[in-house]
Amino acid sequence: MTPRSTYQKVLGWIGLLTVFVIVAFLILPAAVVTIAAFNDKPILSFPPQTWSWRWFGRALAYEDFRQGFFNGLIVTTWSSTIALCVGGMFAFVIDRYEFPLKSAIEGILISPLVIPHFTVGLGFLILAAQVGLSRGFAIVVICHVILVLPFVLRSVYVSLRNLDQSYEHAASSLGAGPLRVLATVTLPLLLPGLVSGWLFAAILSFNEFTASLFVTSQRTQTLPVAMYNYVREFADPSMAALSVMYIVGTAALIAFANAFLGLGKVLNIEQSH
Amino acid sequence: MKPSANLEGEQAAVHFDVVSKRFDDVVALNDVTLGIGRSEFVTLLGPSGCGKTTLLKLAAGFLGPDGGSISIEGKRVNDIPTYQRGIGMMFQNYALFPHMSVAENVAYGLKTRRVPRAERDKRVADALALVKLMGMENRKPRQLSGGQQQRVALARALVINPTVLLLDEPFSALDKSLRSSMQVELREIQRKLGLTTIFVTHDQGEALSMSDRMAVMSEGRIRQLGSPVDVYRSPADPFVASFVGDNNRLRGQLVSIQAEQAIVALGDALVQVPGERLSGLEKSAAVDLFVRPEQFRIVAPGEPCVIKGSVVAQIYQGGHVDLQIECSGSVGDRLLVRSPGEQAVLRWPMGAPVGVAIQADRCSVFPAA
Repeated sequence: MTPRSTYQKVLGWIGLLTVFVIVAFLILPAAVVTIAAFNDKPILSFPPQTWSWRWFGRALAYEDFRQGFFNGLIVTTWSSTIALCVGGMFAFVIDRYEFPLKSAIEGILISPLVIPHFTVGLGFLILAAQVGLSRGFAIVVICHVILVLPFVLRSVYVSLRNLDQSYEHAASSLGAGPLRVLATVTLPLLLPGLVSGWLFAAILSFNEFTASLFVTSQRTQTLPVAMYNYVREFADPSMAALSVMYIVGTAALIAFANAFLGLGKVLNIEQSH
Repeated sequence: MKPSANLEGEQAAVHFDVVSKRFDDVVALNDVTLGIGRSEFVTLLGPSGCGKTTLLKLAAGFLGPDGGSISIEGKRVNDIPTYQRGIGMMFQNYALFPHMSVAENVAYGLKTRRVPRAERDKRVADALALVKLMGMENRKPRQLSGGQQQRVALARALVINPTVLLLDEPFSALDKSLRSSMQVELREIQRKLGLTTIFVTHDQGEALSMSDRMAVMSEGRIRQLGSPVDVYRSPADPFVASFVGDNNRLRGQLVSIQAEQAIVALGDALVQVPGERLSGLEKSAAVDLFVRPEQFRIVAPGEPCVIKGSVVAQIYQGGHVDLQIECSGSVGDRLLVRSPGEQAVLRWPMGAPVGVAIQADRCSVFPAA
């Protein structure tokens, strides 16, 4: 270790303390909810006096939550996959080609970031009523595609920017036509970016509440909407128990992605090669 | 082979005919014409931004020319995409596919050509043997050293029997000792296969040691095209003289010119120099003499010499000694003098007053810029 003066050491301790405080602040809500989930009493209170696992059982058994979870899976899978295809193609076109109105189109694709989710949801609700589209899964999926598209687009675009064009040049110098280059070189090298984009979209879509509230019906309600409806009627800790399972599930998913692809690659922090 | 200076389009393996290319407002290539003969190793040498890489990319088809035509084996390729040109290329960063093994990398170009499995395996093995990489088939590129990666890149480019081999600064990432051994090896393989090769570099030493012919480029033009010996011995202009090899520039004054021999005054001394590039110049015009470090000779003060000065730096290089001489006159500032052997270290110590004689018949003289 390099020699340091007392002054530098004090600065170092202050820095460490700051980081600790920030981390504690970040995990505070999750910690409170986790502790509250083990409360034996049928009210959300903190800290609990007696402890129990029973609200986990209740959350898992509750029909609306089960339905919401599976609805969420359907919506998330479809919307992230469609967003990945559409966003991926747009990212490719924006990265590789020059065309008029390019920046305008780019702006429109990023625009859901500035348009509030309830506006998107409300818009779709009005539109669906107008064209007579039933409030089935299609409308929810379309709505989610629009909401997650900017994130997917960004993710793929950044991966494409980081991709050294010499790989593609090398492939074409070896006789590979454009489609072959895409299939055997570009896509495999972009895989971490594509997976991270998909995962990001999936988590966002699964969590999305505001727009979903407008476009879902009793039959298609996703988990956050089901949770909202539940909390309007009941105040027991099964909500907290569900949140804990939610956090554990997401953490497991990210750990899984990390084990197979590397967290740096999935989150697009590292360069992909 | 002995290449001729002016290859016609049909004879040349690769022919650039009045090719121009611009990027927005920047002229990258300004009407470049260059013919490269079969089996010839031609180097494009120049500082960054001179257009050498652009010329290579045009040959590869990564870029299209704005004007002029490019032909490979007599066939115009302006509108033929890269993947139909039958070229082999090595990249500065090797561009090995990181998700494929060594064998898969080398086999890639054979798969695109639909070479049957059995033949493909044999040719991959042969190519890896050629670059001395047997037993590495299943490694991934990141598990190889820089030199090994380069060999894979070479094998991958060679295995498809390309009509032209294009090399984009392939040695720049290697350390010095590995670089020179790879240079020799690449040249041996290239000769053995009789492969037409275009090599891009900014390293003049590399260009001198490897090329059959070299094209020295600057600002989108070819300043000189010739064998390394020609370019080193008789540079076409001051740019080439100072870019290729070490050179000293001395400011002199033209005294007289007659039958391609000129007399130039360097301070008090008169030297006789080649005058073919001075025709039409008036007497007493300023001229620049370019003198190679080895064309100087250090003599004891008092002996006949052209320039007087003192030793200000000694750079011992093992086989030779480079001395820097601070001049007392107005002809130039510091001279770089190369003295073979190692006696110079003791004979001309730091601060010693010395005289410098010039082997003037070999130096290059241009009108002063």
